Amino acid sequence: MNRRHFNQLLGMGTAGLVLPSLPSLGRSVAPEALLEPGLDVALKKRLADAALNAAKSKGATYADVRIGRYLNQFVITREDKVQNIVNTESYGVGVRVIANGCWGFAAAADAKNEADMARAAEQAVAIAKANARLLKEPVQLAPQPGYGEVSWKAPIQKNAFEVPVKEKVDLLLGVNAAAMKNGANYVNSVLFMVNEQKYIATTDGTYADQDIHRIWPIFNVTCIDAKSGKFETRNALSAPVGMGYEYLQTNPADKVTGITTRYNKGYDMLEDVTAAAQQARQKLTAKSVEAGKYDLVLDPSHLWLTIHESVGHPLELDRVLGYEANFAGTSFATLDKWQSKNFQYGSKMVNFVADKQQVGSLGAVGYDDEGVKTKKWDLVRDGVLVNYQAIRDQAAIIGEKESHGCCYADSWGTVQFQRMPNVSLEAGKTPLSVQDMIKDVKKGIYIIGDGSFSIDQQRYNFQFGGQLYYEIKDGQIAGMLKDVAYQSNTQEFWNSCAAICDQRDYRLGGSFFDGKGQPSQSSAVSHGSATTRFNGVNVINTARKI
Amino acid sequence: MATILTEAEAKALLTKVLSYSKADECEVNLSGDIRGNIRYARNAVSTSGSRANQNLVVQSAFGKKVGTATIDEFDDASLEKVVRRAEELARLAPENPEWVGILGPQTYLKSNGYFESTAKLTAEDRAEAVAKSLELTRTQNLTAAGFLEDVNGYQAMMNSKGLFAYYPSTNINFSLTVRTDDGKGSGYVAKGFSDASKLDTAAATRIAAQKAAASASAQALEPGKYTVILEPTAGAVLMEQLFFSMDARSADEGRSFLSKPGGKTKLGEKIVDPRVTIYSDPTNPELPASPWAGDGQPQQRINWIEKGIVKNMAYSRYWAQKQGKKPVPFPNNVMMAGGTASLEDMIKSTQRGILVTKLWYIREVDPQTLLYTGLTRDGTFYIENGKIKHAVKNFRFNESPVIMLNNLETLGRPERVVSTESDGNYLIPPMKIREFTFSSLSDAV
Repeated sequence: MNRRHFNQLLGMGTAGLVLPSLPSLGRSVAPEALLEPGLDVALKKRLADAALNAAKSKGATYADVRIGRYLNQFVITREDKVQNIVNTESYGVGVRVIANGCWGFAAAADAKNEADMARAAEQAVAIAKANARLLKEPVQLAPQPGYGEVSWKAPIQKNAFEVPVKEKVDLLLGVNAAAMKNGANYVNSVLFMVNEQKYIATTDGTYADQDIHRIWPIFNVTCIDAKSGKFETRNALSAPVGMGYEYLQTNPADKVTGITTRYNKGYDMLEDVTAAAQQARQKLTAKSVEAGKYDLVLDPSHLWLTIHESVGHPLELDRVLGYEANFAGTSFATLDKWQSKNFQYGSKMVNFVADKQQVGSLGAVGYDDEGVKTKKWDLVRDGVLVNYQAIRDQAAIIGEKESHGCCYADSWGTVQFQRMPNVSLEAGKTPLSVQDMIKDVKKGIYIIGDGSFSIDQQRYNFQFGGQLYYEIKDGQIAGMLKDVAYQSNTQEFWNSCAAICDQRDYRLGGSFFDGKGQPSQSSAVSHGSATTRFNGVNVINTARKI
Repeated sequence: MATILTEAEAKALLTKVLSYSKADECEVNLSGDIRGNIRYARNAVSTSGSRANQNLVVQSAFGKKVGTATIDEFDDASLEKVVRRAEELARLAPENPEWVGILGPQTYLKSNGYFESTAKLTAEDRAEAVAKSLELTRTQNLTAAGFLEDVNGYQAMMNSKGLFAYYPSTNINFSLTVRTDDGKGSGYVAKGFSDASKLDTAAATRIAAQKAAASASAQALEPGKYTVILEPTAGAVLMEQLFFSMDARSADEGRSFLSKPGGKTKLGEKIVDPRVTIYSDPTNPELPASPWAGDGQPQQRINWIEKGIVKNMAYSRYWAQKQGKKPVPFPNNVMMAGGTASLEDMIKSTQRGILVTKLWYIREVDPQTLLYTGLTRDGTFYIENGKIKHAVKNFRFNESPVIMLNNLETLGRPERVVSTESDGNYLIPPMKIREFTFSSLSDAV
């Protein structure tokens, strides 16, 4: 499932969409089936060994097997109607091998016995051998110890699939009613829940069993001015997170109050939609921005996407090397810039860390999809580019002795490759609140929530919009703006970073649908930051007449 | 059982599924496809794969209570189980006020979208197609990254009112980015065909290689409003945003570029240049498509925009009934009529302008005006006095296809293109547009 399909599902797109027809989601099942246990871990090991042994006997020098059970639940509503409740399950295996120095991959749906496993492994070896003639040099893997039989579970408090569908429907219909009561003309809301039960076995001797949970409550409110025919929308300020249903049980400590309430580890959907309906109405009469240079104060609910596009993507080593040249693109952050040890990616206060272990994040796992234990490492330290994101067959290229553990496939049926870990901006070291940051700004715009986004194929030039824009005049918030988008260049932008609020304001945003690869695969990833100030950024006015 | 069923096999299977139904109404959609792909980068193959999918969707209704269940195993016990499951879900479901029931038997246009040449492709054929491309780039100081993917599939449906439909189809998409080894030039090509024998990967590679070499010494031009010539691959990604937005319900609800104040719509109004006609036709031999929609409605030849006027919007059966209109399904293909000019003619007649060969990272900025942003990529050229003078650095644009089609200068001959955003195939002409808005420069190659 990709971003466009999801937008259609949410009613933000146009063409209708029948969910069960999306093959990537698997078959539809009863809600109770989402709670049934998957295969026993001893059986998974037996199946995995069958594939690993078959691969080796056919001449593979390396093999890994992923046995995956992927569960999804969607509850989809608009206004006073439940539009759809969908439960899906997809089970299968993917076998990846190196033979004659070349990768080969084959997948099998519903593989349940040793013979199915061996067949998939043999097919993967045959594909590797067929393609070896198009190779320039053999694949080289960073050394990797086997961990034996290990397991990892996301530290959730409440499995969302255990919550009755009726409770979820009641929540969303309540949210919709609140939106309508507060002036919305239309509202769509969705609860999207994911459980990945993944098993990875490698010829290095790792057998890792993992249980991963994600949840994303989202809505879209539309307000229309009948007289002028103008309409405005406001999306939820929630974040997709690597948590259970506890994300929807808020407590006051998770709320960030201010011009509008934002949320940390717990999300109050009812409160947010009430504000959203009023703000979408307010946007209809907001002042249209005057184009020019502004100091920007960016909330974490907005800044995550700018980090994702302008830092997360350019530091993916496969892009830097040219493996994504035909689709996602390459990168301005070339190896010579990294080798110089003085490429100033951002101002001195800018520190970006990659982290596959961050609790509550979308990217957190114990082991990646080639059996490497996950970790945390620096990408940019004191503003200087210091590292990339690399997996086993890339580590040697940047002089690393081991993989960074960020290999991922979005299904048992797709081949794993380098995907973005959680990439976050460290909070400021000296105490600074949002209020104090705004007090210092003479002519600025405070942006909350993510909106339109676009960046070039080497990640220089970008343009971003948001959900809410507030004008800052002489240290005070002067009112709401609309038609705002800012354009900048990655290096220029991060070097204009002038202040970062402290850890108290640090929050995660993220995406369920980071797309890369051909055929395209989706990955879920989080990005944390505290509210951050950028000086002198170019803002354009996006209002047009048709 | 084979993944790809013949019409007779599909009919027999669907008849069996319906024989288990005890619901007031039951409709079954069946599909199967086999996809193969090969990917290459840095002048060498990187990954390849093949995957077979089959799916059966049963929709059962008791009154307005509807349940849907799906399955990918087709033995008798599984088939009966999936029907029972759909009925069980229907009984538990709340009434769906938008349920309008199933259709009776329909008559469909004839359309041939299935080609044996595509259906019989093997992993060796794909490797050979890529080898032909690599031979050219490896010997010319150029680096290739490409992707080839083919699909052989079918869709079928049957319901308890006697409707039956079947459509087999094939498709192959090939895309390639060629970069100069110094990283200063980049060129792109994408080709889509129903009939794989039409794909010549060597000829396509020569196009991308030529663009890569020609774009290697790009100069910066000031952003601003320029006359542009959009090659069909560039035009497609903006035009499809308009195609995706022809929904009547959003327009009636007041939240579309087709909405007007007071709950009215722009249906029947001129919104773009009178030379613009956008239509669908499942029987078009260049871009054949299934002659029926997923709910069994026939797909006809239909004009969405005719001579600049909004002629039709897509009405779901529910929305049509509510509004007292005829239902119009979302189409399975879209084309834009063109003129007679060749791309060369269009360049010759341009005093000062920009040739845009590809647009990238297209995102909506304002749904009210259909304003989109994105960038030029993989070959952008300055035209002066009827000739291409030199390559230019890439631009970011902020433009609406509606504004763009009001600033139309010339239309060329339509050709089949693949969208670099959605992978959708369209027939799109090259377009010359005045006052296209470039808002900033990009250093990206």
